[in-house]
Amino acid sequence: MRTMITAKEVAKQYRVGGSNLSYRTLRDSIADAASAPFRRRAAAKREPVSIWALEDVSFTALEGEIIGIIGRNGAGKSTLLKILSRITEPTRGRVELYGRVASLLEVGTGFHSELTGRENVFLNGAILGMTRGEIARKFDEIVAFSGVETFIDTPVKRYSSGMYLRLAFAVAAHLEPDILIVDEVLAVGDASFQKKCLNKMSSVSQQGRTVLFVSHDMTAVTRLCPRAILLDRGHVLRDGPAHEIVSAYLTSDLGTTAARSWIGEAHAPGDKVSRLRAVRVRNEDGLVTDTIDIRRPVRLEIEFEVIEPGHALAPNFHVFNEQGVNLFISNDLDPEWRSRPRPAGVYTSTAWIPDNFLAEGTVIVGAAVSTLDPVVVHFFEREAVAFQVVDSSDGDSARGDYAGPYPGVIRPALKWTTQYVPAENAKEPEAMRA
Amino acid sequence: MSQTVFNHESDLTAELAPRSSASQDLIEAPLIVIEPARRFSSAWIREVWTYRELLFFLAWRDVKVRYKQTALGMIWVVMQPLLMTLIFTVVLGMLARVPTRGQPYALVVYIGLLPWTFFSSAVTQSVASIVGNSNLITKVYFPRVIIPAASVLARLVDLGVALVVLVGLLLYYRVVPTWQILLLPPLVVLIAVLALGFGMLGAAVNVRYRDLGVVLPVIIQLWMFLSPVLYPASLVRDTWPRAYTAYALNPIAGIVNGFRAAILGQPVEWFSLVWSIVFTPLIVGASLYIFRRVERSFADVI
Repeated sequence: MRTMITAKEVAKQYRVGGSNLSYRTLRDSIADAASAPFRRRAAAKREPVSIWALEDVSFTALEGEIIGIIGRNGAGKSTLLKILSRITEPTRGRVELYGRVASLLEVGTGFHSELTGRENVFLNGAILGMTRGEIARKFDEIVAFSGVETFIDTPVKRYSSGMYLRLAFAVAAHLEPDILIVDEVLAVGDASFQKKCLNKMSSVSQQGRTVLFVSHDMTAVTRLCPRAILLDRGHVLRDGPAHEIVSAYLTSDLGTTAARSWIGEAHAPGDKVSRLRAVRVRNEDGLVTDTIDIRRPVRLEIEFEVIEPGHALAPNFHVFNEQGVNLFISNDLDPEWRSRPRPAGVYTSTAWIPDNFLAEGTVIVGAAVSTLDPVVVHFFEREAVAFQVVDSSDGDSARGDYAGPYPGVIRPALKWTTQYVPAENAKEPEAMRA
Repeated sequence: MSQTVFNHESDLTAELAPRSSASQDLIEAPLIVIEPARRFSSAWIREVWTYRELLFFLAWRDVKVRYKQTALGMIWVVMQPLLMTLIFTVVLGMLARVPTRGQPYALVVYIGLLPWTFFSSAVTQSVASIVGNSNLITKVYFPRVIIPAASVLARLVDLGVALVVLVGLLLYYRVVPTWQILLLPPLVVLIAVLALGFGMLGAAVNVRYRDLGVVLPVIIQLWMFLSPVLYPASLVRDTWPRAYTAYALNPIAGIVNGFRAAILGQPVEWFSLVWSIVFTPLIVGASLYIFRRVERSFADVI
């Protein structure tokens, strides 16, 4: 089997803080130069802070392998993809790519709303590295795949967002690189189209292509990728069969953190309206815990700050299981604050998940604060906290006296009722009972 | 090392790979090596060549998008230089009576505006191009130099249209071009390359220092008055003969003079033109060097 990618001790340093936070103006540079003689005293304040987004990442990928790259936010997944797709350069280390690379960090890169579908297919194809002849050859196939034949000569600004995404993905799905790098783009589109794309992607690797796939969707990773690499704080933590890595990830303390706080952090999720302060999992006694008895209720708590007053905000939780299946979403329905503009301040909202409702296993909680009409998501921390639901199998949980494997995404203890007809009466003809 | 050529359909070949990596026990050399501190190399030139179609697509997008949703569409390409010519002819030709040595002022100013409008808009657009295409820079790789180059290329289309209008003006003023008209194509190439030189440099600077985008219109305005656009260079030579050498160091001066000489069949002013020819490769080389040095940080800084 041919080696397609070798990455050796790849490291990437970003400078954050200081004046490098965003672009500089000439004034900043002049100010820096002018203050240079006094630098020693000012150094502590002005010195930009460096962070290593990646440190010594090494791996090899063979021809035809599909590798899922997983890890928490900030683990370095996106940085790794950006280096492999040559968008940014590593600070140290070396990557060798034995073939043509195409990267899909987003669908529809370079799409222009004024241009027609047809024009955008050619433009986008060229941006992704296809030649004009190649695009022309595959054009009919691309259009058929997208299902927007009727509108192909209409400017894409008249497209619905669904049509736009389908056309954009159709172009991407017809790339024929030796190495394909995909970042979370499957999170878009409707379910049936997603499935079509997943199928297209798996057929890509059956033709001998190597695929690197970053996702938060553990179901997609285990379904698509035989192999997974788990990144944590810029390091390769584990590398091996996807199902093992995924479950290791979800059950490790990377996966379960009952409380996280962003208080005082410069990069807390949020915008000018609201910022996240903390998310906590508590048991019914109010103790922060990452282990919950299946027979007891769970309190999910979100603490957030309202900076700009006057918005009607709805905190909401997005609850996932370890396969990445969204179990449910819950919006704050507290009548006191519902649809009411909030004054600035710190709020703590609690949602109660009933007892005997969640299934055993890891539960991952995403926390968000949104304005609902019109929809503005002020922040959404996809994997804010996680906890374990345990069933001690004492006989009084939903599983009763059965101790074996017990599938199902939720495990409600339903109310059962029984109607009993004694044996002698049951022998009566059907008509008599009515 | 073995010179194995890739046996798949890729139009890139193993030649793209540096030949020095043979120390490892590999059957093939890698197609792409990603390392800090890539340098200017023949591999880079080849890569730019493989992306040439993207250059044309991006230029085509620029042209196409600019006139979408305008009522008159491409007519504006024709109207713009004609309206400018009309305004300057009334103000400078008829009111201020700029001396033109017997040539109709309208023709003199139109020919001056041809290269200048192209140059100033090409530089302005390419300086803004990298920042304006940040969605491409942060999401997909291709040689970054394609972006400012496409901006320059798109403006060549406008220049082409303006040259067609020129034919009409020449007929109207009954001017018959001489053999010197053959100088025009090389002059167009020269000014396009010069615009790319300044455009790349400005684009690289603008990513980090957006101040440039703010002051550029002022610089362009000033530059126009320092160039023989609205008046013939002979005016400067006649008025301040001693200052003319310094005046001609403006690389645009030689090219604008060249345009007038080529079209109107006047004697070529070689001093300024030769200087432009010498200066252009220098600025392109320097700005390409700087652009290549800073382009690796574009995605991080932008």
